[in-house]
Amino acid sequence: MSLELRGITKTFGSLTANDSINLRVETGQIHAILGENGAGKSTLMNIVYGLLKADSGEILVDEKLVDISEPSDALNAGIGMVHQHFMLIPVFTVAENIVLGHEKTKKLGFLDIAGAREAIRKVSKDFGFEVDPDAIVETLPVGIQQKVEIIRALIYEAKVLILDEPTAVLTPQETDELLKTMQELKRKGTSIIFITHKLREVRAVADQISIIRRGKVVAAVSPTTSEGELASMMVGRAVDLAPVKHGHQIGEPILVAKDLTVRDAMGTAIVKSVNFHVNAGEVLAIAGVQGNGQSELARALINLEDHIEGSIQLDGSEIRGASIYDSLHAGIAFIPESRELDGLVGSFSIAENLILDLHDQAPYAKGINLSASTVLSEAEKRVTEFDIRLQSVSDAVSTLSGGNKQKVVIARELSRPVKVLVASQPTRGLDVGSIEFVHERILAERDQGRGVILFSTELDEVMALADRIAVMYRGEILEIVDSGVTREELGLLMAGVVTKKASA
Amino acid sequence: MAFTLTGLIIAISDAKVLAKFSSPLEFFKSALATVGNAYLALFQGSVYDVNLTKGHTFIHGFYPLSETIVTATPLILTGLSVALAFKSGLFNIGAQGQFIFGAIGASYVGFHFHLPVGIHILVAALAGALFAAIWGGIVGLLKARTGAHEVILTIMMNYIASYFILWVLKTQSFLRPGRIDPIAPEVNQSARLPLLAGANFRLNFGIFIALAAAVFVWWLLTKTTIGFKFRAVGANGQAAKTAGISVPFVITSTMMICGALAGLGGAVQVLGSEYALNADIAGSFGFDAITVALLGRAQPLGTVFAALLFGALHAGGRTMQSSTGVPLDIVLVTQALIVLFIAAPAFVRYLFRIKKMNTSASLTSKGWNG
Repeated sequence: MSLELRGITKTFGSLTANDSINLRVETGQIHAILGENGAGKSTLMNIVYGLLKADSGEILVDEKLVDISEPSDALNAGIGMVHQHFMLIPVFTVAENIVLGHEKTKKLGFLDIAGAREAIRKVSKDFGFEVDPDAIVETLPVGIQQKVEIIRALIYEAKVLILDEPTAVLTPQETDELLKTMQELKRKGTSIIFITHKLREVRAVADQISIIRRGKVVAAVSPTTSEGELASMMVGRAVDLAPVKHGHQIGEPILVAKDLTVRDAMGTAIVKSVNFHVNAGEVLAIAGVQGNGQSELARALINLEDHIEGSIQLDGSEIRGASIYDSLHAGIAFIPESRELDGLVGSFSIAENLILDLHDQAPYAKGINLSASTVLSEAEKRVTEFDIRLQSVSDAVSTLSGGNKQKVVIARELSRPVKVLVASQPTRGLDVGSIEFVHERILAERDQGRGVILFSTELDEVMALADRIAVMYRGEILEIVDSGVTREELGLLMAGVVTKKASA
Repeated sequence: MAFTLTGLIIAISDAKVLAKFSSPLEFFKSALATVGNAYLALFQGSVYDVNLTKGHTFIHGFYPLSETIVTATPLILTGLSVALAFKSGLFNIGAQGQFIFGAIGASYVGFHFHLPVGIHILVAALAGALFAAIWGGIVGLLKARTGAHEVILTIMMNYIASYFILWVLKTQSFLRPGRIDPIAPEVNQSARLPLLAGANFRLNFGIFIALAAAVFVWWLLTKTTIGFKFRAVGANGQAAKTAGISVPFVITSTMMICGALAGLGGAVQVLGSEYALNADIAGSFGFDAITVALLGRAQPLGTVFAALLFGALHAGGRTMQSSTGVPLDIVLVTQALIVLFIAAPAFVRYLFRIKKMNTSASLTSKGWNG
């Protein structure tokens, strides 16, 4: 089935989110839509799926004009969508989630779950999925949950499947799996609209690439285009994909972790007796597949975890067991994994978020009085220094884009005297321009002689920034290697295979 | 809108009106008259009474208004207690129990000690606030230390408080000489809050205490580092914790201040209008407070207005019942409807086909996972 968009325009107030967009997806084609956050990709897809109404423009399915004013129209026209944030009920089973909204009943109003199970098995068999219809959704890994969404679309006979940033939540392995699935779907004749800002994936699977910038299609290119070219078309200027690392003197150990163990509430060790250190002026990357204890280890470094054993020495003094406040003020800057959940108070203003950690210190506080004018004037300084794009520092931080939110977190954390920067997945979900900024900032901290501990699941990021790389697997640090290591060697370590040539 | 619906209920609940159902015009006229009379009585009972002025001076017509304020005073304080807790992300169901402890403390100091005017009031009111702050603080400490849910804790603490007051009233020190029923001695003259409009009115200095408390809560929340911590924990506890704000400190201190506010409500009720502690002193001030705080969107000023509205409904409801025979329960129905319309904005929008507006900072209270 082919899908064509003609002259789609959508404005929100003074902002033109989509400016007469033309796009054509051929039958059995994977059409990637590439663009930065806020470029208008999601708006466009929400129009196609009937969640938003375009101001003008036409949608044609198989050369016939269709009127899509709500999602059910889209479903009837054969258009299915897998959202970035899954629309699943965590405590329901796979089968229950799939019948949700389309409940077929047997006599006496009983739900036809058996029928749903059968349909799931059939689709799974056709497309080579392995999904248990009776599994509770919240117990499944994220990659499988996404498959449930895809199965749901296929069961309702979607011929055009929209995948909105599908890899944002996936591990490298799950991403590979998804890309395979997409190719399988394509082989069976399903057309796919693949929305993303990750260049590598686009080049791996797409047949056709449309690049959207500021609401307009600025280029339609083939997947043979280089990553650098794609990135500069997305951002609208030349982009450094690999930040320049200056060679410089690495100093003395600034943070030393000895026999560090982190347990969960049940007493199970999530991080098992790890040993590592980071030197001043050095980036130590902690790589590994998501869920191997990195999150907990990062949190433990500022005593955010409840059950920590072992020792953490910052510049010679023990900080394990100190309060979070004391850990931060001893000189650790902490960029948490989830900026929305742990980094920012969404309903607070940008200015307030910038002083979340310093609100009770001079110059903001005099006694218990909080000086509103100082808070605002200092916020203006940070905004300029970190190039945070906003309308007013008094706006709620939740109105900012992901990249600017992350800048707020970074600006706040670096406004204290810092000895060590702990950054946990600092570029997750960010667009190319923001990633560039974060990378530069991390290297700048390193060049100024601070120790940086970078937790990242993105191999490219690890390879580009690290001086040394520690690989975590099932709560242990398998090996600490030099940055000269190859992707393949790292990949093996991340899968738990230990090679003989240990270094560092 | 709530008032329109209530009008409908008043009309159809009146047998005389229903009897005329067969002729639509008559039915409509009669219904309007009934509803009009009921609301007139509600107004006369809460703001200004025309009838009362016959044979009295003009000023006496304002007796209902003074009653409204007297009823609203403790409600403002308990409402602030609940509202402040909301701001810290806590659901304080315990204003009732805190109110009782405030009343006990104020009453004991009020009748047991003999101190100079002014100082006596101050000491008694502070004793009430302190008692209740400890009572509320226990909840905060338990939640901070063990993670027990404050809703369960405060409900249980309410039970303990309401039985504790029954026991206290039977002890030797609280028994009024010459009486065997559970009522404490009246507080000494020196501990009574000054009346503002002479002996004919119950209007007293308490309203100023309540208003000052509202200003205090506003100041605390918007102008201080402590309020900043409270709001940060209330809006996103995880982010606040990650930034080094001590959540246990916020929970404990919030509950102590909330307790003190509700306790001050109890103290004002004893020292300002009741004078003697009795088993029923708390009425439903602590529970209405939840509604008042919700209606006031947990803002100090909003809470004051909401409490005044509730005071008016309570004061006017009595007049409505006695002069038109419309039962007092109708007032409760009105209150419930108001809350319904406030608590379900989506429903109201649907009703009037209003497009979703950018309502700033709607009140969110967290559920059991909070």
